[in-house]
Amino acid sequence: MTVTFTNARLVCPSGGMREGDLHVAGDRIADSGGGDTIDLGGKLLAPAIVDLGVFAIDEAACARGGIARVGLMPDQSPVLDDPGIVQRAAAMGKPELWVHPIAAATKGLAGIDLAEMAIAAEAGARAVATGRRWIADSGVMRRVLGYARDCGLTVIVHAEDDGLAGGAVATEGETATRLGLAAAPAIAESLAVARDIALAEESGAAIHFRQLTTAKSFDLVRAAKARGIAVTCGITPAHLYLSDIDISDFRTFARLSPPLRSETDRQAARAALADGTIDILCSGHDPRGPEAKRLPFADAAPGSAGAETLLALGLGLVRDELVTLDRLFALLSANPGRILGLDTGTLSPGSPADLIVVDADAPWRIDADRMAASAGNTPFDGLPVQGKVVQLWKGGARIR
Amino acid sequence: MSASDHSPAAVLNGSEAFPHRHLTGIAGLQPHEITFLLDEAEKWAESNRARRPSDHRLDGITQINAFFENSTRTLLSFEIAGKRLGADVVNMAVAQSSVKKGETLIDTAVTLNAMRADVIVIRHSSSGAVQLIASKVDCPVLNAGDGWHEHPTQALLDALTIRRRRGTVHGQRVVICGDLMHSRVARSNILALTALSAEVRVVAPSTLMPGAIEAMGVTAFHNFDEALEGADVVMMLRLQNERMSGAFIPSTREYHLRYGLTHERLERAKPDALVMHPGPMNRGVEIASGVADDPERSAINEQVEMGVAVRMACLDVLTRKSRGVEGWA
Repeated sequence: MTVTFTNARLVCPSGGMREGDLHVAGDRIADSGGGDTIDLGGKLLAPAIVDLGVFAIDEAACARGGIARVGLMPDQSPVLDDPGIVQRAAAMGKPELWVHPIAAATKGLAGIDLAEMAIAAEAGARAVATGRRWIADSGVMRRVLGYARDCGLTVIVHAEDDGLAGGAVATEGETATRLGLAAAPAIAESLAVARDIALAEESGAAIHFRQLTTAKSFDLVRAAKARGIAVTCGITPAHLYLSDIDISDFRTFARLSPPLRSETDRQAARAALADGTIDILCSGHDPRGPEAKRLPFADAAPGSAGAETLLALGLGLVRDELVTLDRLFALLSANPGRILGLDTGTLSPGSPADLIVVDADAPWRIDADRMAASAGNTPFDGLPVQGKVVQLWKGGARIR
Repeated sequence: MSASDHSPAAVLNGSEAFPHRHLTGIAGLQPHEITFLLDEAEKWAESNRARRPSDHRLDGITQINAFFENSTRTLLSFEIAGKRLGADVVNMAVAQSSVKKGETLIDTAVTLNAMRADVIVIRHSSSGAVQLIASKVDCPVLNAGDGWHEHPTQALLDALTIRRRRGTVHGQRVVICGDLMHSRVARSNILALTALSAEVRVVAPSTLMPGAIEAMGVTAFHNFDEALEGADVVMMLRLQNERMSGAFIPSTREYHLRYGLTHERLERAKPDALVMHPGPMNRGVEIASGVADDPERSAINEQVEMGVAVRMACLDVLTRKSRGVEGWA
């Protein structure tokens, strides 16, 4: 199939912004073409989102959110530590959503024995991860990083020191103290980051911190990048928009992992996004029903449904002048694609025709009761936002 | 009583004096609303002492005490308070294990609601659990302690005890010592006492001190002797058994050495300083027996007595709307 989009505002992380046409031939972006013409009337045309590190395969939420590919976390039931399970996960969303499994770095995610990384990679895994938790044993982590480097795989890390964060459901500070919630100091994160950067530097492994949320962590990553270490980091909109005060009244939809931080750390996260320290903006999509969320705060499961709000909240960061539009799509598409070893996230000819058409100004209100996701646990319930996905194309075929 | 004691009742009528449906915590209460509850409780304290026959204002009212966490004293206090007012009191002691799963908690709330309780008293081990239940039921809910969060009737009875023994709460230097981190009694007391303009000092080893506690308007100390200087009231907190050996403090004897209240240590406080404890006490750990039993200094028995009066006041005030009391319906 050959298609030409006309009258588009093209947003390309590698090529910048331009107005004009884009050709698609077959499943790829092409130099020239003909076929059907789709007049976009000045709407944005951008690479579809690659959402790195989701916990559920949620086609409906992804379609609404403009997400064509997801990196699926290994924390599934059963855990993605076996080639058969990895293979099955990779096939699950097709054709509308491509699932790129991230295999467990250790067997059963237990943090003890090395998982079969090379076999998992042959079965379709694109990276390995420590899962929802940190690997507490430094000896194990050193072997994980060294072995992953041998296999050419990036290690995706959750950075929270268990000794400090174990049992905690909030960040230490006034809000947690007033609410009487078990809390961990923010250095639980930077302590973990410091160790893992040291181990990655020694082994030469590529390491990606899935979510960083504190000023000290960003300082460490900034310094490590300056030394030339292969370190990258991501964040979700929650830690850019919300702080620990949002858990007041025991709002379980704002119970996240890592927990919401102080306002100072939130400002540091926004600065780190603006100065390029943060590489990836992801949803951390983790839909949880009432059985996991309609509970006392400490008993509720952490996590939020974020796939369909990711783009609109990202566009808000552009309006706040923290990032430019093309940089936003580097954060949403190109950079996560690179970590997964994909050739997506660009509008250059020859790349997969994974595309979204966005009405960047369309206003709507986030409504937990009307989400496409399998559960509506969003901490942004009621927030007015702008930006809607009006078309989603995957490999040259229109999904939405 | 001075104007600084936030006395409201003269100017506010009926439900204006206490416009809240539930009592889930001290947070959210205005100083004059706290004072209103104390004034109401004061009346019950007098009538309890005079051994007047039972009041019958809660006749036909069903009070359910739903305790999801073990309690003897607080449960008994709420039961006596309800019965003295003529309520039909039902105690529901739920083994903690069977309600660990949350849907059960909401389901329990819905069940209690369907039974048409008129007032529900709840204790639960999770912070915020009482608020969650309150949002699911039609009747007033009274928090009898939720996790480490709040225990509002304890703070009210402590404030009442201080007011009766010291004449006022305003300007009193109150030292709260012990396991602040895990204490709902401490949190509610800090809120109530600072609202009533007391000077609150908190003392704990740093292992048991919650972060950013000063943001609640108190001064934090790690040295008990320094904090005690010039104190009007010394409020000791109970050290839970499971925190006594190793993880938070090295041993009970070491705790006693640094944070135990002895007569010798008490000399740093004012000569007539009041000693309080929410009970049950660990004698020889946080408080020496001689101090606890000193009739001149210890207000511990009076605290228990005021507990019944405060709970009578809360039960009365919270059910006024449903009972159609004039000015409240």
